[in-house]
Amino acid sequence: MTVTFRALLGASVAFTLTGAALAETTITVATVNNGDMIRMQGLMDDFYAKHPDIKVEWVTLEENVLRQNVTTDIATGGGQYDVLTIGTYEVPIWGKQGWLASLNDLPADYDVDDLLPAIRGGLTVDGTLYASPFYGESSMVMYRTDLMQAAGMEMPEAPTWADIETAAAAMHNPDAGVYGVCLRGKAGWGENTAFITAMSNSFGARWFDENWVPQFDQPEWKATLDFYLNLMNSYGPPGASNNGFNENLTLFNQGKCGMWIDATVAASFVTGKDSTVADSVGFALAPDNGLGKRGNWLWAWSLAIPASSQKQDAAKAFINWATNKDYLALVAEKEGWANVPPGTRTSLYANEDYAKVPFAKMTIDSINTADPNNPSVKPVPYVGVQFVAIPEFQGMGTTVGEIFSAALAGQKTADQALAEAQAAVTEEMKASGYIE
Amino acid sequence: MSTQSTRMAARFMVAPSVLVLLVWMIVPLAMTAYFSFRLYRLLSPDRTGWVGFNNYVWFFNSPDFWLALTNTLMLVGGVLVITVVLGILIALLLDQPVKGQGLLRILVIAPFFVMPPVAASIWENLFMHPQNGLFAALARGFGAQPILFLESYPMPSVIGIVAWEWLPFATLIFVTALQSLSSEQLEAAEMDGASAFNRFRYIILPHLTRAITVVILIQTIFLLGIFGEIFTTTQGGPGSASTTLPYMIFKQAIAAKDIGRAAAGGIIAVILANIVAYFLMRGLGRHLDA
Amino acid sequence: MARAASPRRKLITTLAAWTVALIIFFPVLWMILTSFKTEASAVAMPPQFLSADWTLENYVEVWGRSAYPRFFWNSVVIAVGSTLLGLVIAIPAAWAMAFVPGKRTKDLLMWMLSTKMMPAVAVMIPIYLLFLRFGLLDTRIGLVLVLMLMNLPIIIWMLYTYFKEIPAEILEAARMDGASLWNEILYVLTPMAVPGIASTMLLNIILAWNEAFWTITLTTTRAAPLSAFIASFSAPQGLFYAKLSAASAMAILPILILGWFSQKQLVRGLTFGAVK
Repeated sequence: MTVTFRALLGASVAFTLTGAALAETTITVATVNNGDMIRMQGLMDDFYAKHPDIKVEWVTLEENVLRQNVTTDIATGGGQYDVLTIGTYEVPIWGKQGWLASLNDLPADYDVDDLLPAIRGGLTVDGTLYASPFYGESSMVMYRTDLMQAAGMEMPEAPTWADIETAAAAMHNPDAGVYGVCLRGKAGWGENTAFITAMSNSFGARWFDENWVPQFDQPEWKATLDFYLNLMNSYGPPGASNNGFNENLTLFNQGKCGMWIDATVAASFVTGKDSTVADSVGFALAPDNGLGKRGNWLWAWSLAIPASSQKQDAAKAFINWATNKDYLALVAEKEGWANVPPGTRTSLYANEDYAKVPFAKMTIDSINTADPNNPSVKPVPYVGVQFVAIPEFQGMGTTVGEIFSAALAGQKTADQALAEAQAAVTEEMKASGYIE
Repeated sequence: MSTQSTRMAARFMVAPSVLVLLVWMIVPLAMTAYFSFRLYRLLSPDRTGWVGFNNYVWFFNSPDFWLALTNTLMLVGGVLVITVVLGILIALLLDQPVKGQGLLRILVIAPFFVMPPVAASIWENLFMHPQNGLFAALARGFGAQPILFLESYPMPSVIGIVAWEWLPFATLIFVTALQSLSSEQLEAAEMDGASAFNRFRYIILPHLTRAITVVILIQTIFLLGIFGEIFTTTQGGPGSASTTLPYMIFKQAIAAKDIGRAAAGGIIAVILANIVAYFLMRGLGRHLDA
Repeated sequence: MARAASPRRKLITTLAAWTVALIIFFPVLWMILTSFKTEASAVAMPPQFLSADWTLENYVEVWGRSAYPRFFWNSVVIAVGSTLLGLVIAIPAAWAMAFVPGKRTKDLLMWMLSTKMMPAVAVMIPIYLLFLRFGLLDTRIGLVLVLMLMNLPIIIWMLYTYFKEIPAEILEAARMDGASLWNEILYVLTPMAVPGIASTMLLNIILAWNEAFWTITLTTTRAAPLSAFIASFSAPQGLFYAKLSAASAMAILPILILGWFSQKQLVRGLTFGAVK
């Protein structure tokens, strides 16, 4: 086998240009193709001015592909990346596995105590910070002030789900191409599963009880799914089972949604240059049901260093630059305050200039009301608001998302969907040894 | 007429191909077979061990398995039928003396140049989208409700997209095959009063037999492994309505990161592909001889 | 089978053929048009044909945001390299099977095709581990190898059917003249087989150019081809149809131009010897 392999290598050399040897200080940074990350790539002159000895190679990929590539790399010890962009779901799991390098020794000017406590907590395992947040988000209600006004209504700052339903009914006008409410329906653990799980918290539902027994057969889940399906079937856009974050963002920007409950980072898009409704968007906290919990999640795209990276110092220098207070100031100076990566630092929200950004207050209030350690009304054995931070969740979350998506498409009733979800999750939890 | 020495030489010349393909087949296959009996989850490296046939049992017990199997065969069959039938019709048309034949051909084969994920994305976002797609605009233009392609007809939509990608391939094979059909034979038949349909049925179709065989054989091999288009458009849904066997494996490997189960699915897929290939060869093999 | 046709019939068939061709081509055309619109105009309803906001901004942004030349060059090296390497290995094999057929030649051909039956995702981790072990991750050599192996069966099939069409008598005559086996291949067979080899090459370059699973899974920066370039523009946050269309157009344009110039070879190459 080895002989053949060498022979093949020899044969192919003739047709292939070998890549230039890497300089000592070239680091490979893997990142998602979201706007804030793209913007960072345009501001690299500042980094190079401060660190002329470090060169950064970017791997920019769509979220799903990126996650697939970095997970394969880190789990097999591939060692291809020096800095990874990962989320609050991965960090605790990977940190526990010993796959990530500790970031406790970042220089003093990084000011770790300035990080928002909720975000910092989600990226820390047993006192060790394993990733530095690049931007954080919660979820909230975005609604059309003009349509609400036309309907003679006013959105409370902290609405209940009943308020949402009333507002949706009032704004729903399919003949004019306006749908009362747009919510995620596309299957995926980071799409509809994330939304419905966060929503279920406000209905008092939970994925597992204290003993890891799946809870989809409980009345709280039935109430959640019934409400979601009814709301979407009555006031949602047709074909919603294929709508994820991007699709809904497009619809909202086109003026086709009365309301949209989704990530707080969307606020800068719906009020930005691509939006046809930029001047008439209002924000409110994610709805609750009077049970003390709101249906908003917590997420942070964060930068981490694989433990296997040979260039820890250069990687740390990069992370310190990209997630430092100075970086926020740099973005503000070049692109304006509205484009600063939100949701990571207390000091940003104390800044008077930033306070003028229309969605700043609602974003920080939403982040502050999310509690990954106590996500639901009843106690849970897991960490995570819109996910369960165990390795098995990605697979289960995808399955549950498919089942809910089928229910939204009208292929299943809520009862059937919940029974199937219960069966699938129970089987997986048994196979993984959580329950007998 | 081949002598002992040419036969030796021939063997020597086939050897490199056989050798590299053997390695390429056996090494990953052996590793996959090994993993298929293991508990191997990328995110839980501390939990490993032999699990016997558990991974296979999981597949067979999965509520989606038989649906996925049917969907896989439907996808292959549906795309084959569309590409072969439309391919022949378009080839007949392109074979006529028409103006701008060169440009026509490049237009017809253009879909073949489009990367599959791009093709799927074009169809999903620019055509089938219920609010922003061209089809929705057309439907509204006629005063009808837009069809929810990916929600109400996920499998036919996926089949349509894949068929669009493969139609150029089939068309071109048929076009070239038709060029070698002798026109005297057709003219003689026309003089004898054979109808257009009969000319097609008794002269053109038999002439195309070998071309059809090649199209079916090559396309089947490619179509049995398709998952990218499904991932881009429907994510196998709604529910599992458009889940195929490769997509099921994809979900285990990529979403659940369960390499053991994905490996078991891979072995099942290989067995399925071999069964399909066996019947294809039994049914079509004789048409291949030169 | 082209026959003399009445002008009226020719007009009708020309119209019909153009209609069909435009329908098939339309999605590509629409994508190209979309790439020149602003994002808002790209999703406007009703669709904008002539009234759209035309702009080059998408191309400017896509060009500025990523190292397109590097992705492009990697695609060229990988697609051409894997095809050439495949030809080097396949030509002798196809020659031998075509001119010295044995009892099991057909089985052998079928077996070669069957090596393509394993779904890529199922062997993702095994291949990844092998690449890691041999230091091939993110190298063009690694991708050249994988794509060559993937397409080798197709190359052999195509060449086999072309070689089959070459009359055996010519080879016999050469042999009578005392040509050595090597000379027979080099001076007699190869010139006759050039069109077949050219079209095989073309089809395989296209297949390798369009491969979008292994090329993304096994690369990061140095060896990443245009498939990875596309993956950096699909589904970001925000409106993206126009920019994705521009990136897609940039990815398929080189291969479309190549196809345009070698259209005749391609037609021949795609037949797999279906023509006698």
